[in-house]
Amino acid sequence: MTLAPKDVSYVRELVFDRSAIVLGEDKQYLVESRITMLARDLGLGSAEEVIARLKRDGDRTLEERVIEAMTTNETSWFRDVHPFNALKSVIIPEAMERNAAKRSLAIWSAACSTGQELYSVAMMLDSDFPELSSWKLDLVGTDISRKAVEKAQSGLFTGLEINRGLPATMLVRYFVRDGSGYRIRDDIRNKVRFGVLNLIEPWPPMPLFDVILLRNVLIYFDMDTRRRILGLAKQQLVQGGVLILGGAESVLSLVDGFVPVTIGTTTVYHKDKENV
Amino acid sequence: MTRALVVDDSRAMRSILTRILSSLGMEVVEAEDGQSALAKLQQFPPFDVALVDWHMPGMTGLELISDMHRQPKWRSMAIMMVTTESDQSQIVRALNAGAHEYLVKPFTADAVAEKLLLLGVKFSKGNGSESTMGGNN
Ligand SMILES: C[S@@+](CC[C@H](N)C(=O)[O-])C[C@H]1O[C@@H](n2cnc3c(N)ncnc32)[C@H](O)[C@@H]1O
Repeated sequence: MTLAPKDVSYVRELVFDRSAIVLGEDKQYLVESRITMLARDLGLGSAEEVIARLKRDGDRTLEERVIEAMTTNETSWFRDVHPFNALKSVIIPEAMERNAAKRSLAIWSAACSTGQELYSVAMMLDSDFPELSSWKLDLVGTDISRKAVEKAQSGLFTGLEINRGLPATMLVRYFVRDGSGYRIRDDIRNKVRFGVLNLIEPWPPMPLFDVILLRNVLIYFDMDTRRRILGLAKQQLVQGGVLILGGAESVLSLVDGFVPVTIGTTTVYHKDKENV
Repeated sequence: MTRALVVDDSRAMRSILTRILSSLGMEVVEAEDGQSALAKLQQFPPFDVALVDWHMPGMTGLELISDMHRQPKWRSMAIMMVTTESDQSQIVRALNAGAHEYLVKPFTADAVAEKLLLLGVKFSKGNGSESTMGGNN
């Protein structure tokens, strides 16, 4: 099942071109196995056939599926825990103080994968900030992968997924049993909205956000793309808004106008100095 | 070094958990049932965390947890139930008995580490946090 190097390069270039995801030279095996799985899903004979079709038809839907197949959707509930503690102890209380007059709060999970990140925020707001029940909340999750977004919308998770970092008390409180898995309660699901968004394409009109979670996605991009997306994210934040990145990511040396603030063991980035 | 007690009547399950916890830099003691768990709790210096199966011959995990919870000297120990029981009503029972967290079998190694993080149990990341990000490659 070895793909010709030129076929691997073809996929690599397509994926970079459309999603900015950099698949290193060492990812030959990853390309092969993911495209082979996709071939199976599509009822096509082999990875070669998928690639032959890609080249032949310029089929956008197939391209989309290939890109989706090459994304890594690894995620978990309350991933890394500490950033969520920072939200709870400092970031949300500060945003609430700032927005006390208009009583609204907007949070964006950019690259939300299957939704665990945004649902974690929604559950936390519900359990720890009851006063928000009378506020206008806009909790938005987006991802390039349609499949991931549809799963997020379904609110349905397997036992294996539920095991990944969801506190037992939250499982009991916010989920109902559904077959062999669990489904998030409707009142939480109705608080969030999910959509497909490719971060390297023009962003649709969105509100300015109080918090943007842009976690564990920049690592897949090259420096130029990181810089560009961070610049856009900054414009999408309210004055004093907060950007939260993944544990291995930083804005430093990439863009100006963000001030790092350490809360506990987490470093987050405030837009503009005067709000530190 | 963080110390863990693994209580499960299945030798295979004990060795899976021991392997995962050891790879997180923890020192692990195993017990094959509730009685022997209580004996090991007496015999060894305090553990930071106990991972307890539900269904075992003799004392159930639930009884063991209630017992452990009643002992002031074991109060600071984090207790996690690790079981095939997946109904929310059962999870509530375990929490009421004194469990702090709950993990349903089957689980992945990542899931164990993530629960330990929730419990505030210290461990070393092994091959780094990247290991949960690398995907299925
Ligand atoms: C490892 S997941 C991170 C999920 C979540 N933020 C977290 O930290 O757990 C990375 C996500 O980035 C998405 N992604 C990759 N390239 C993207 C792009 N160009 N635009 C939007 N999302 C992208 C992938 O589909 C994947 O779901």
